[in-house]
Amino acid sequence: MAEVDEANKPLFAGLSDVSISDDIPVEGDISVPLASHSADDEFSTLDEPVKDTILRDLKAVGNKFVHVMYPKKSSALLRDWDLWGPLLLCVTLALLLQGGSSDSKGDEGPQFAEVFVIIWFGSVIITLNSKLLGGTISFFQSLCVLGYCILPLCVAMLVCRLVLLLVSATTVSFIIRLLIVTASFGWSTFASTAFLADSQPPNRKALVVYPVFLFYFVIGWMILTFSPSS
Amino acid sequence: MSASEGNKNTNTEPWGGFDDNIIQGTGSAVIDMENMDDTSGSSFEDMGEMHQRMKEEEEVAEEAAATEEDGAGEDGEFLGMKGIKGQLGRQVADEVWRAGKRQASKAFNLYANIDILRPYFDVEPIQVRNRLIESLIPVRMINFPQKVAGELYGPMMLVFTLVAILLHGMKTSGTVIREGTLMGTAIGTCFGYWLGVSAFIYFLAYLCNAQITMLQMLSLLGYGLFSHCVVLFVTYNVHFHSLFYLLWLLFGGLSTLRMVAVLISRTVGQTPRLILCGSVAALHMLFLLYLHFAYHKIVEGILDTLEGPNVLPIQRVARDLPQLITVMNATMKGLAAGAIYTQ
Repeated sequence: MAEVDEANKPLFAGLSDVSISDDIPVEGDISVPLASHSADDEFSTLDEPVKDTILRDLKAVGNKFVHVMYPKKSSALLRDWDLWGPLLLCVTLALLLQGGSSDSKGDEGPQFAEVFVIIWFGSVIITLNSKLLGGTISFFQSLCVLGYCILPLCVAMLVCRLVLLLVSATTVSFIIRLLIVTASFGWSTFASTAFLADSQPPNRKALVVYPVFLFYFVIGWMILTFSPSS
Repeated sequence: MSASEGNKNTNTEPWGGFDDNIIQGTGSAVIDMENMDDTSGSSFEDMGEMHQRMKEEEEVAEEAAATEEDGAGEDGEFLGMKGIKGQLGRQVADEVWRAGKRQASKAFNLYANIDILRPYFDVEPIQVRNRLIESLIPVRMINFPQKVAGELYGPMMLVFTLVAILLHGMKTSGTVIREGTLMGTAIGTCFGYWLGVSAFIYFLAYLCNAQITMLQMLSLLGYGLFSHCVVLFVTYNVHFHSLFYLLWLLFGGLSTLRMVAVLISRTVGQTPRLILCGSVAALHMLFLLYLHFAYHKIVEGILDTLEGPNVLPIQRVARDLPQLITVMNATMKGLAAGAIYTQ
């Protein structure tokens, strides 16, 4: 750092005269922590193999999954948000919901697109609503939480497909699926409320929770009415 | 204006002598005329503007000079046209650029501008609950204008609820359309009704001199959708026609009466009241009827005509087909036989 300053001196001679005015202790104090900090950063991101980076990110996503499945008051989901988990869940759910029974021919695309649009559009609307009601959460934090909280519904979708494969009796399978979807719907709503409620004004929680409830209700209902085409 | 003298403009007039310039056909003449239009006398004193204009003129003069060099031996009028084109193009480009920039900054600032909408969402849960209940209680007070809360949270949520209920109804009633269309149709119908009818009634209210703002109209009609949500939610799950008619008259009627009462209290005169309230009542009640009975059938019908093969003409053709085929078959056989025979 000192060398760099030396080299720069002819260029910014006038400037240094005005601002720093040969105050050496200040210069030393500024340069030392900066140098050590940047060295740390470079080590952590650039020198490691790609596999490590991906694994670390996946671990972070998995860690957040655990937070959703076991929702306790924690700010981990809010502090370092990412949209990889929501994307993963959204695509999984859309793929699982694909190939439902309907009579028209080319219905694969719209099904996928519908799930995709409902999830993202719905999250954006809920986020805007919470912002309008005076919430202190940032846009992407809210998107992250809402996206991650689809996880129970994704699990329910998987179980429902298994039930549809294994149980042949329509009424029994419907009752089982109804129970599963209701439970996961409640779980999703509860988890997202646990994360989002703190950022809202205490007297308006109900107003924020209602659209969240509606959002997961529509998704849950889509999962419940899903039946694979034979 | 002195910059234009640097060009071929020999006119000493301060306003640039456009007659001469048109004959000469330089680009600066065009700019001079425009500036004459823009600045009507007084703003000539504005030095900043003057400076800017001078700069612009210099640029145009350079352009014109360049054009002249390019087509030195050509007709003067042609050069003039070119100058006009360049100027127009530049102005259009400037305008487009400015509009685009404005749009982009607007979109970028949307997040910051969300504060503008915040007052309309400033409600407490208990207020929303009370307003939902009040939307079903008509108040018989027509001498004094009734209060209408200008709030959008309740209406928005009710519209989204109605979308969800419609989706549910369309799926359980076995509506055969593709999913995207289903979703889009539900959203389009609900928002279309809310915004469209609000705007229409507001327009009517403006004509009838009723004291109501657009915001109040949106809020009033939005809360009026509460009855639709209740009735449709019940009747999509319990399929009794008599039950539907009962609920339609009860809930739909109550919410319509409430809206009518509010509008009556804010309008003066018999005929305006009749027009306004008649249209509101008719639209509101018929929309509920439409959503319950005809909605998915209409959607199906439209899709059939759009996507499916036309049924009637095919049937008619099919009836005529056997005769035609026999005739054609006979002709072909005859021809073939003839061909073979000649060989």
